[in-house]
Amino acid sequence: MPDQFLYAVEVTLNGLMAGVLYALVALGFVLIFKASGIFNYAQGVMALFAAMTLVGIQNGQVPFSHLINAVFGTEIHHFGWHVPAVLSILLALGVMVVFAVIVERYILKHLVNQPDIILFMATIGLAYFMEGFGDLMWGADIKKLDVGLPQGGSFWIEENTAWLGGDGFYGFFIDKLDIVAAVVAALLVISLTIFSQYSKQGRALRAVADDHQAALSVGISLRFIWVLVWSIAGFVALVAGIMWGAKSGVQFSLSLIALKALPVLMLGGFTSIPGAIVGGLIIGVGEKLFEFTVGPLIGGATENWFAYVLALLFLVFRPQGLFGEKIIERV
Amino acid sequence: MNDMSADSYVTEDGRTIGGVVMEMKNITLRFGGVVAIKDISFDIREGEIRAIIGPNGAGKSSMLNVISGFYHPQEGEVWFHGEKRPTMRPYQVANQGIARTFQNIALFEGMSVLDNVMTGRLTHMKSSMLSQALWWGKAEKEEFENREKVEKVIDFLEIQAIRKTPVGRLPYGLKKRVELARALAAEPKLLLLDEPMAGMNVEEKEDMSRFILDVNDEFGTTIALIEHDMGVVMDLSDRVVVMDYGKKIGDGTPDEVRNNQDVIDAYLGVAHD
Repeated sequence: MPDQFLYAVEVTLNGLMAGVLYALVALGFVLIFKASGIFNYAQGVMALFAAMTLVGIQNGQVPFSHLINAVFGTEIHHFGWHVPAVLSILLALGVMVVFAVIVERYILKHLVNQPDIILFMATIGLAYFMEGFGDLMWGADIKKLDVGLPQGGSFWIEENTAWLGGDGFYGFFIDKLDIVAAVVAALLVISLTIFSQYSKQGRALRAVADDHQAALSVGISLRFIWVLVWSIAGFVALVAGIMWGAKSGVQFSLSLIALKALPVLMLGGFTSIPGAIVGGLIIGVGEKLFEFTVGPLIGGATENWFAYVLALLFLVFRPQGLFGEKIIERV
Repeated sequence: MNDMSADSYVTEDGRTIGGVVMEMKNITLRFGGVVAIKDISFDIREGEIRAIIGPNGAGKSSMLNVISGFYHPQEGEVWFHGEKRPTMRPYQVANQGIARTFQNIALFEGMSVLDNVMTGRLTHMKSSMLSQALWWGKAEKEEFENREKVEKVIDFLEIQAIRKTPVGRLPYGLKKRVELARALAAEPKLLLLDEPMAGMNVEEKEDMSRFILDVNDEFGTTIALIEHDMGVVMDLSDRVVVMDYGKKIGDGTPDEVRNNQDVIDAYLGVAHD
């Protein structure tokens, strides 16, 4: 087989893997959008905050240590213990649930039946608050996240695909972490889809998304559903935070990957869980292949804008996205 | 007609009307300086069709919203099944077995008719979230049982043909029927209908009247309804409360109400003839 073709295949595979990570972030957006019609601007920051909390707990960091030291003149930074990875993930999840309760209690509860734009503005405020709060709690330095996920390229895949090409071809290079992320994303999507289609709470969740008043009249507690949804979104944010954090460290730029989720959502549709995944994959593969084929002709750096141009085209020709609910309105 | 003070009696068409299910005692509801409901008391008996009528702005919908917990009166008490009801959120009221429809239709537009009606069963589903999510034995059995009841309601209201259609695509009259189906699926102890026939043509009105009567007859469901169409109200209901400017001006059988001078002055005399 010609090497050029094999490189294209490798680029595609890596694009798929990158797409999975985009999809993980997009998934968090879709969940909250489906359940409350809110575009949650804070989703990216939630992923950052979740990852910071996880690292902080794992390393036995003292929360608010800078603040405590500044006020009391002490010099404490660490408790001096190390928490096992699994336990710290569970504890971080607990923190995200508490966060969901606080969001419901102090923000959403007061905004029932308000226009969506008001809720959207509230999430922007929440995003900036969380950003500062996270820094205050855990410090603003770049942290290394290690929960024991496999790192580096998979030699097994490399060795077993090397025969495909000639002497100059050493097999496909695929990061093991990306494979883990793909498996986790697949499990998440399957379980979330089953949950929202077939369970009592899933149905209630879709009902709340559709009409608050009607949901109340059939006996659904809005408050419970909102806490539930934000908890699940917090969980997805934690998963996305772990994957991205393990790949590129826990730092502020993590919250900016949320912006890449926007074109993913426009492609897949804001209301579709499978759409978030397919959209993520298309963007991931698309921008890698575009960079590979067209990039060299126009000077490269196409990855920065390709996704947005693609999203723009979708907005013109299919505004509801690939899988989004068709916008029907009787007049 | 019959002796109202007795605990139960049988109507002319052979239905048994039981004791008092719901009692509103001296309800007063204000919005700022506007008094929407002023010191109104009435009761609803088991198995009857009770209508609340009155001109526009009389406070009928407000009264329904008080019963279903969407509004909370400043004064007065709501008694349900012989117990004084504390201030309740609408979803708690629904869990007590009071289902309702809305004047302006509140359905889940993006969901299918079947899913909409299934939401009516939510108050009856007791499986925990975990077993629901994992689709284990009990939850599965529960889902099937609920589905069976829902299918019965769908058959009853003759909406089989549109079960899989997203509600957003349905015409107005059918939406009203789906909303009734969702309320019925909850097997309510008390069914509240807010202008079930508003905006319908004559044929649709006849259909809806028939369904309301059938529901009451077959399931023995207690129904309280608000309606503008006087003819319909008089034919359907066992007893009628008449409201005007937030006050109660009449209460009794359709015949009694029809001959009440206050009612004639306030409503009938002006609206008809």
